[in-house]
Amino acid sequence: MASMQRVEEIEKEEYERFDVPFQRLGFWVFLSGEIIILGGLVAAGILFRLSYPGWFESSTYTNVVISSINTFVLLTGSLTAVLAHKYAVDGNWGKVQLFLGLTALAGLTFVGLKFIEYSKEIALGFVPSKNVFWMFYYGLTGLHGAHVLAGTLIIIGVMLYIRKKKLVEAVENAGLYWHFVDIVWLYIFPLFYLT
Amino acid sequence: MEHHEESFITKYIFSKDHKTIGKQYLITGIVMAIFGGVLAGLFRINLAEPGFLTHEQYNALVTYHGAIMFFWVAMPILLGGFGNILIPLMIGARDMAFPTLNMISYWTFFLSTVILVLSMFVPGGGFAGGWTIYPPLSANPQSFMGAQLGTVLFLLAIALEFASMLMGGVNFVTTIFVMRAKGLSFMRLPIFIWMQLVASALFLFSVTPLIAGAIMLLMDILLGTHFFRVEAQKVGDPVLWQHLFWFFGHPEVYVILFPALGILYEIFTTYARRPVFSYKTVVYSTIVAGVLSFVVWAHHQFVAGINPISAMAFSVTTILISIPFSMQLVVLGLTLAGGSIRFTPAFLFGVSAFAMFIIGGLTGLPLGAVAADVYFHDTYFVVAHFHYTVFTIAVLSTIAGVYHWFPKMFGKRINDTFGKIHAILTLIFYNGFAFPAFFLGMAGHPRRYYTALELGYLQKYQWVHEIMTISALLLIITQVVFLFVFFYTIFAGKEEKEPNPWKSTTLEWLTPSPPPHLNWGNFAPIVENEPYEYAKNGKDQDYIPQGRLVKIKQKEPSAHH
Repeated sequence: MASMQRVEEIEKEEYERFDVPFQRLGFWVFLSGEIIILGGLVAAGILFRLSYPGWFESSTYTNVVISSINTFVLLTGSLTAVLAHKYAVDGNWGKVQLFLGLTALAGLTFVGLKFIEYSKEIALGFVPSKNVFWMFYYGLTGLHGAHVLAGTLIIIGVMLYIRKKKLVEAVENAGLYWHFVDIVWLYIFPLFYLT
Repeated sequence: MEHHEESFITKYIFSKDHKTIGKQYLITGIVMAIFGGVLAGLFRINLAEPGFLTHEQYNALVTYHGAIMFFWVAMPILLGGFGNILIPLMIGARDMAFPTLNMISYWTFFLSTVILVLSMFVPGGGFAGGWTIYPPLSANPQSFMGAQLGTVLFLLAIALEFASMLMGGVNFVTTIFVMRAKGLSFMRLPIFIWMQLVASALFLFSVTPLIAGAIMLLMDILLGTHFFRVEAQKVGDPVLWQHLFWFFGHPEVYVILFPALGILYEIFTTYARRPVFSYKTVVYSTIVAGVLSFVVWAHHQFVAGINPISAMAFSVTTILISIPFSMQLVVLGLTLAGGSIRFTPAFLFGVSAFAMFIIGGLTGLPLGAVAADVYFHDTYFVVAHFHYTVFTIAVLSTIAGVYHWFPKMFGKRINDTFGKIHAILTLIFYNGFAFPAFFLGMAGHPRRYYTALELGYLQKYQWVHEIMTISALLLIITQVVFLFVFFYTIFAGKEEKEPNPWKSTTLEWLTPSPPPHLNWGNFAPIVENEPYEYAKNGKDQDYIPQGRLVKIKQKEPSAHH
């Protein structure tokens, strides 16, 4: 047991000597893969939009009011995520909990509003198999919504984690993921709602 | 992270130790290899004796054989198995950067394996649309028996397998970047590590578009969308799937080829007692090939109705990518020159992999040129070509690696005589089933057909199928015997006390076999030399190890834990 403990310390020392925190590098590697999944779908959506004339007509049926509120909600979540990171760097962990909580709330609000939006559209008969626009609409916003939900869960997980271990990288990575989801939405929003 | 005395469960089942996880991957992969081989044996019997299977069974077996050999054999053994075991040992780290993620990665993979095997036995049968999952066959629930549930489970299994390998990839890249031992610069990394790094990066950037594609395909099946299906008045493009699939699928070939080549470099230098002929050529050509691999995918689609001009462009890039690989093979061959070769089982497997891969590479050229490919496309020529490449990668190279690192992994040693017989029989039977396929292809035999007897002009070649089937069955029997010997040796084999039985230079041979938890005990490796300093005067030996172990400062154990 004693030797085990020593090895543990050696390990800790060795982890600390790396100049790039490995949590940060690992997260960026993961994020680069995510960018290609969503980036690829957005690019496919743009290509179909260019070649499919019915796109414009269909996009007039999407709900601009709810989606605008959702844009606002997501961007506010980004702001609170940045503030949480700032307070984490300063070492004010009470504030970190508060602002991460607000970001998680933004995520839940977004997903809730998205469900209302979907149910309205489906009630009007705009199901995924209707035409190319709606197929991409549900595919992309659905995948994005799943990412928002995942981001929310990550933030809740980090909130629980930092109660025990004050790790700035954890807050930073959660924030990074949130910003990523946010940026993807900034492509989706004009593509489906504003065209 | 806390380390307590490990119970059986944390030590052997839900272990976070990279070596245990690697062994779990390795053993799952080997068992799946036998399973995939038996499936191949069954449909080969049908090709020799038509009527042995129903048409649906035949299609499903061909599909599962391809998918299993790629995703459940080559990937888990080469990346999950050898990658996990060797990356931390070769770079002098104590574990992966994210041990918990690593454990989740293996259990996700295990779950995918279970779902895959179950999907074969659901009502209506498993997925039977070919391992490339081409729509409209795969997207249309009415296209064949069992399409609905079998297809969905099959896609789910593949998605989980990808997720698991993505977690592994993130782990590998991060580990290699940040956890190298003191003195181990990038240009001193063993080539195997370079290969794992490039392969992980390729996988990360190529599989992600296919994940998007898989979501679209699932929507087509479950929600009735038409991304890939063509219906009246509705746009949809089956070729889009082919683009997404092969944008992944071709880099994927290199994802498994690179680690296999890495194994060959380690083996050739060790057993020929020679430094690698040109280290820099290997590193740079690997990176160039990795980049080029993203722009060759449409050579799988020359006859799918793509624009002839783009077909020409893809033909050029395809021929171009043979240049870095030719360089690699030349370096590999020249590494042997002037060597003093030890004919161990690992070397025999390695050198036969090298020779067979040259056949595979050369027969790729006619397939890469548009004009020749129009004739050869979807014939047995293609079957032979990719068995000469992929079988080389997934079987010959991995078995070479198993023989080479077995003493390090388990502290035991597989009987040498058995190993040599195994190598020779494998080579003979493998050529016995794969080589005649070139001639069948040139005679115009289409692949994936249930029987040759339905086509008049092929009836006279039925005896070739019989020879191929006999060889394939003998090959499978040989590997089953190997599986028994493998497990027998783990439990009751001869002990190998010597930490470095092959007199190899890289870091993993410095630590005892099998390495203790956290690999280096009270020592830390530091690196002072290039990776392959063979044929040079070390102390009383013909090689200089890449590094040495230094005792780390003793510290007072802290009071709290």
